Amino acid sequence: GEINKTDQHQYYNEWIFGLEKGSKRIAAMMATSYNAKEEDGHHSGASSHGAAGVVKSKKPDNTAFKQQRLPAWQPILTAGTVLPAFFVIGLIFIPIGIGLYVSSNNIKEFEIDYTGVDISNPCYSCAKNFSWNSTTPCVCSMNFTLEQPFESNVFMYYGLSNFYQNHRRYVKSRDDSQLNGDQSALKNPSKECEPYRTSDGLPIAPCGAIANSLFNDTLELYHIDSNNTRNTIPLVKKGIAWWTDKHVKFRNPGENLTAAFQGTNKPVNWRKPVYELDPSDPDNNGFINEDFIVWMRTAALPTFRKLYRIIQKKSNTTPTLPSGKYVLEITYNYPVLSFDGRKRMILSTISWMGGKNPFLGIAYITVGSICFFLGVVLLIIHHKYDTRSNSADIPN
Amino acid sequence: MLRRRLNRLLGGDERRVDSRTIYVGHRSCSATEAFIPPKFCDNRIVSSKYTVWNFLPKNLFEQFRRIANFYFLIIFLVQVIVDTPTSPVTSGLPLFFVITVTAIKQGYEDWLRHKADNEVNKYLVTVLEDGGRIQKESEKIKVGDVVEVEEDETFPCDLILLQSSRDDDTCFVTTASLDGESNHKTHYTVPDTEKDLESLNATIECEQPQPDLYKFVGRMHIYKNDQEPTVRSLGPENLLLKGATLKNTQKICGVAVYTGMETKMALNYQGKSQKRSAVEKSINAFLLVYLCILVSKALVCTTLKYVWQSKPGQDEPWYNEKTQREKETNLYLKMFTDFLSFMVLFNFIIPVSMYVTVEMQKFLGSFFITWDKDFFDPEIKEGALVNTSDLNEELGQVEYVFTDKTGTLTQNNMEFIECCIDGFQYKYRDASSELDGFCVTDGPVSKLQQKAGREKEELFLRALCLCHTVQVKESAEQGQGQRDGLIDEVDGLGVDGEVVHPLQEQRGFIASSPDEVALVKGAMRYGFTFLGLESKTMKILNRNNDVEMYELLHVLNFDPVRRRMSVIVRSKSGDTLLFCKGADSSIFPRVRREEVERIRMHVERNATEGYRTLCVAYKILSAEEYAQADAGLREARLALQDREEKLMTVYNQVETGMSLIGATAVEDRLQEEAAETMEALQGAGMKVWVLTGDKMETAKSTCYACRLFQRNTELLELTVRTLEDGGRRREERLHDLLLEYHKKAVQDAPPVKAGVTRSWSSAGQDYGFIIDGATLSMVLNSSSESNSNRYKNLFLQICQNCTSVLCCRMAPLQKAQIVKMVKNSKGSPITLSIGDGANDVSMILEAHVGIGIKGKEGRQAVRNSDYAIPKLKHLKKLLLAHGHLYYVRIAHLVQYFFYKNLCFILPQFLYQFFCGYSQQPLYDAAYLTMYNICFTSMPILAYSLLEQHICMEVLLDNATLYREIAKNAMLRWGPFLYWTLLGVFHGLLFFFGVRFLFSNPALQDNGQVFGNWSYGTIVFTVLVFTVTLKLALDTRHWTWINHFVIWGSLAFYVFFSFFWGGIIWPFLRQQRLYFVFANMLSSVSAWLVIILLILLSLLPEILLVVFRKPRGPHARQIAAVTPLSYKHLKERE
Repeated sequence: GEINKTDQHQYYNEWIFGLEKGSKRIAAMMATSYNAKEEDGHHSGASSHGAAGVVKSKKPDNTAFKQQRLPAWQPILTAGTVLPAFFVIGLIFIPIGIGLYVSSNNIKEFEIDYTGVDISNPCYSCAKNFSWNSTTPCVCSMNFTLEQPFESNVFMYYGLSNFYQNHRRYVKSRDDSQLNGDQSALKNPSKECEPYRTSDGLPIAPCGAIANSLFNDTLELYHIDSNNTRNTIPLVKKGIAWWTDKHVKFRNPGENLTAAFQGTNKPVNWRKPVYELDPSDPDNNGFINEDFIVWMRTAALPTFRKLYRIIQKKSNTTPTLPSGKYVLEITYNYPVLSFDGRKRMILSTISWMGGKNPFLGIAYITVGSICFFLGVVLLIIHHKYDTRSNSADIPN
Repeated sequence: MLRRRLNRLLGGDERRVDSRTIYVGHRSCSATEAFIPPKFCDNRIVSSKYTVWNFLPKNLFEQFRRIANFYFLIIFLVQVIVDTPTSPVTSGLPLFFVITVTAIKQGYEDWLRHKADNEVNKYLVTVLEDGGRIQKESEKIKVGDVVEVEEDETFPCDLILLQSSRDDDTCFVTTASLDGESNHKTHYTVPDTEKDLESLNATIECEQPQPDLYKFVGRMHIYKNDQEPTVRSLGPENLLLKGATLKNTQKICGVAVYTGMETKMALNYQGKSQKRSAVEKSINAFLLVYLCILVSKALVCTTLKYVWQSKPGQDEPWYNEKTQREKETNLYLKMFTDFLSFMVLFNFIIPVSMYVTVEMQKFLGSFFITWDKDFFDPEIKEGALVNTSDLNEELGQVEYVFTDKTGTLTQNNMEFIECCIDGFQYKYRDASSELDGFCVTDGPVSKLQQKAGREKEELFLRALCLCHTVQVKESAEQGQGQRDGLIDEVDGLGVDGEVVHPLQEQRGFIASSPDEVALVKGAMRYGFTFLGLESKTMKILNRNNDVEMYELLHVLNFDPVRRRMSVIVRSKSGDTLLFCKGADSSIFPRVRREEVERIRMHVERNATEGYRTLCVAYKILSAEEYAQADAGLREARLALQDREEKLMTVYNQVETGMSLIGATAVEDRLQEEAAETMEALQGAGMKVWVLTGDKMETAKSTCYACRLFQRNTELLELTVRTLEDGGRRREERLHDLLLEYHKKAVQDAPPVKAGVTRSWSSAGQDYGFIIDGATLSMVLNSSSESNSNRYKNLFLQICQNCTSVLCCRMAPLQKAQIVKMVKNSKGSPITLSIGDGANDVSMILEAHVGIGIKGKEGRQAVRNSDYAIPKLKHLKKLLLAHGHLYYVRIAHLVQYFFYKNLCFILPQFLYQFFCGYSQQPLYDAAYLTMYNICFTSMPILAYSLLEQHICMEVLLDNATLYREIAKNAMLRWGPFLYWTLLGVFHGLLFFFGVRFLFSNPALQDNGQVFGNWSYGTIVFTVLVFTVTLKLALDTRHWTWINHFVIWGSLAFYVFFSFFWGGIIWPFLRQQRLYFVFANMLSSVSAWLVIILLILLSLLPEILLVVFRKPRGPHARQIAAVTPLSYKHLKERE
């Protein structure tokens, strides 16, 4: 709707009359100015003999788009077309489902609850006598037996129940800038970290509720061999966090950790500052400590597991964890009874689809079967329908 | 002194109520009284709504008056004030976007208005002041200024014409920009004003400004030295309206009477009330449901939260302590803020973007109507016009069509067919067979059959030549300056052949009604040519090529109430003659009885053939009679109050005792494809009512011709004639007839299933109903209130059971009354009015959808309509194809929007049960914000613009398909429930599918675990893909745009997710999604669950499509278009 100068007055009149008072859209505006033009065309048409030009400008374009005649694909969903699809889906899904189910079943998983709720539990006393202020760690040992050997790499998880890591107040209580090594954020953590933002007037590093509640039980695994000796099973503590988290998202504020964290305070519930998380390995210390990174990835559900250690496969001949007796030694630092929580240790092997979870396999088999069944039903219906419609056509 | 002043002031105030006094040239009339210039508003036109200063507050205020905007503002404010789960940005950004876009649009529109205002207000005009001519800006004109206007200029304000450069004290004006009538109208100077305007001493008393363009009543007092002031009446013929253009006149002078916002043009600017479509009402109803869902969700969550927290250790475990402030907050305040937080968390269920999308869909969609080349009419070189895009979908919902007859069903292209003089029929057609015993017609007309006596014939033809208000277009001298567009409407004579005088070939006639042109042209064929009106003298070229001169004394204008017009002329010989022509019903009672019988037969026969008939009568006025009439007319014209009524009485007095000389028959041909269109509309289940001012016989024959009435249609007539048949009192007869018809059409008719419109071809008897204006007013305004209501109900019930209804002899207001009555009847059906003339405006405005036809009766109908089309035949495509598609599109759009937001928010709601009711959002803020704006908006917009679930040809061929969507079929509670359940199903599936997957969060083959953001991202991915593919499944018409947009938005989602998670975003304290999406894709399990859930969600939909079977009596036609049997359709082709 471009309005040239000569049209202006006409346009104005059109405007006054053609427009509604309130919220008239541009459409109307365009329509009226269009109208104005054409009336003006009438007025001046004869003198300029521009009738042909006027015609041309007003005749709608005969383009496929404007005439709503764009070439279009009109898919027809009939029993005939859907039928093969159902069979195909069924035929693909059922094998996948079976594969998933089998591989999930092949995964070996062992789970042990070491919360210490029952008096029979070795950790009962540790759980009962827990105190934030105690300086000596409480250690308890759990004996368990693996009926079957664990081949290939074994992954050791700790599991927590009724722990709301996905609570909003908790989830947001962190400062990713600080964790990324930002100096200003280190000294001035985000307000979201409240009430774990400062202690004793110093900023907390790492701030926030998530960091503050870092899981700090130490789990150690011993194999009791046939002559009753305790063999320490080497636990690898690297490779448990996402690569990108470890290398990009989390960064220390400086090379010299002690100096870098000068002027900050440790989280209130921690026993040692962040730069002493793993003094043995500078690549796993400070913010880039993998246990810390794993903990910082908040779980989706109140019952969750987190990767703790990896037990590497030693050779092809011996299983990683042969069947037999084992001892789990726990340095019991983490209280969960106050909120009715549970702690578990899980040993699991992993397949291509991840940990043990029969859900996906069952779901695939079910959906595949349903599709297959529907395919059969549709086949019958299709046949019936075709004959019926044919017979219906005849009397007409 | 003070008291006098006070009196004056009060008096002035009193006067203000009904009239205003204007001092021409600001000169006081009498020397005795001090001249106090009265205050009137200035001539500034302000059509703009805003100024620079008040734009922001005013515009914002107006925008937030919309309930939806206000709701979103509240949500936004809650987010800002209360500590809520999502950042204010998530709802603030879309709101800001919407508000800004609207503000920019409105600002631009207002800027254009300002520009136009300035153009007009700063326009230089010449004002005669203090003996000189001064150039003034238009906005500085005051009431009382004498303004000079030159040819082709528009009048800067409403002027009383004082002086014209033309000799005959007239000027010509076009009001094309006011009412669209492009003919030249003659306006007259006030008689007896002095040539020298400087010395003119006069006051004008006129009514207060009022918007009616065709009404003006005033009086001018002219003071001459010490004489008693002469009084002249002022009418609309003296008033030049602002906005009109001066033509054919070099210059005029006039005095400003109304200025600025008080001009008739500005007063007409008062907008019409906005029409709302049924879809909008449905949206609001659904909105309410969703609002309830929202509130109950928030309530449930708040309650559960406090129940959950009451257990020890849950509210504040050691790892998740509250801040000091939270601890101190009052419990009830906390509950309230929690409730608000939940509201905010779930507010996406009512999407701000839906309003934007609906608006855009309507705005963009309406272009397809203007672009449609099928609506282009080569004759007038115009296509369809869309005045409002709000009602596109309403075109698919029409149940009642009210159509005008003349110009709508018929072409309004009048052709003189025959006349009847003194009982003898004259037909201008070669070799037509004898039609009745005593009348023969054949041969060329120049030799009239000598049957009726030459004298009578000539009298009749003179009457035709004199009794009209036709102007001759001066094509020879001034034609070059004229636009040739006029010729179309003018009907050059050369076309018809048989032209005696070659000079007349260029002659054209301009008249407000095409009948008159037809009659004058008819008379010309018989040898009497009207040469024109010059300074009150009408010239006629008679058969002997002599020029006859008649002095035109009075014109008794046509009006629809009297249904006749007259002229009083004085012939050369000094006789004063009155010629009158009009409808038979208005002429017959005013002529001698014995004359009537001879002509009535012809008139009735002509009427049944569908011709428009007019009767012509005359009378010779004696000197006293004329004097009396003249005095009466002058007096009535001077009256300031009730002028109309007074004039009417005088007219009625004068037009009596005439003698009938003949009748004319003019054919008004049916519009192209009128019958097919009407048949299609009826086939589509619409009830067609013809509302016309024409007489019953003519209208009836038109109805038969349009196949509105079929041969087997039983006509139920309720007219003055049937009422008078019984010989009893009309009221009683009306009562009986109504009951009888009601019994016939309603009670005895086979019961109609509710919700199903009756099949037009069903075996039952078809009824047609005929009512006339007089009877209708009896029905509507019956003497007693209870009767009136009862009659109205009976009448409505009868009408609803008739296939078509004909209402003849309707006044314009009655048309609107009928529309209103049907509109407000049970079930509030959607009505559509279509008409072409000013008399249809009222019903066009009244109906849900008003359609104007770009016909010959000016542009008022077009201007007031919602849609304008060049021809009646276009209505079929407009309704059956465009309307149907628009309805399906927008209905789907609305349902889909609610659906997609339900299954968007439901997982978030369910997640609350797993996160301790802590308002933790499931999705990242970016996803929350972008979901409606970017990821899922374009496919549905493309769908709602391009979808053709049934192709246009099929829609046009099978009118019955229109019934499929009747009664808002796709937006009723049934479909709404279906969509809602679908949304709930999908939401549950998404959430719990992923929930079970996350029972072991170790989903990667390296044993690493996924967190809550991965959970949300998987759900969101499934969600985006499912809702998009669901739409893809519904799309029946895949153009490249659909492909592009559907696959494009999925690709965009993936791309965006990579991008959003691929960077450590500076300035953000939380990097929640860092590499979450990429990690998700590295997990086989995530892939598998996404595929499974998408497929499982769509499975029922696919099944439904396949299993849906055609049902009902039209199974075959429907079968032709339901997807299942598209195949068969193709086969048939």
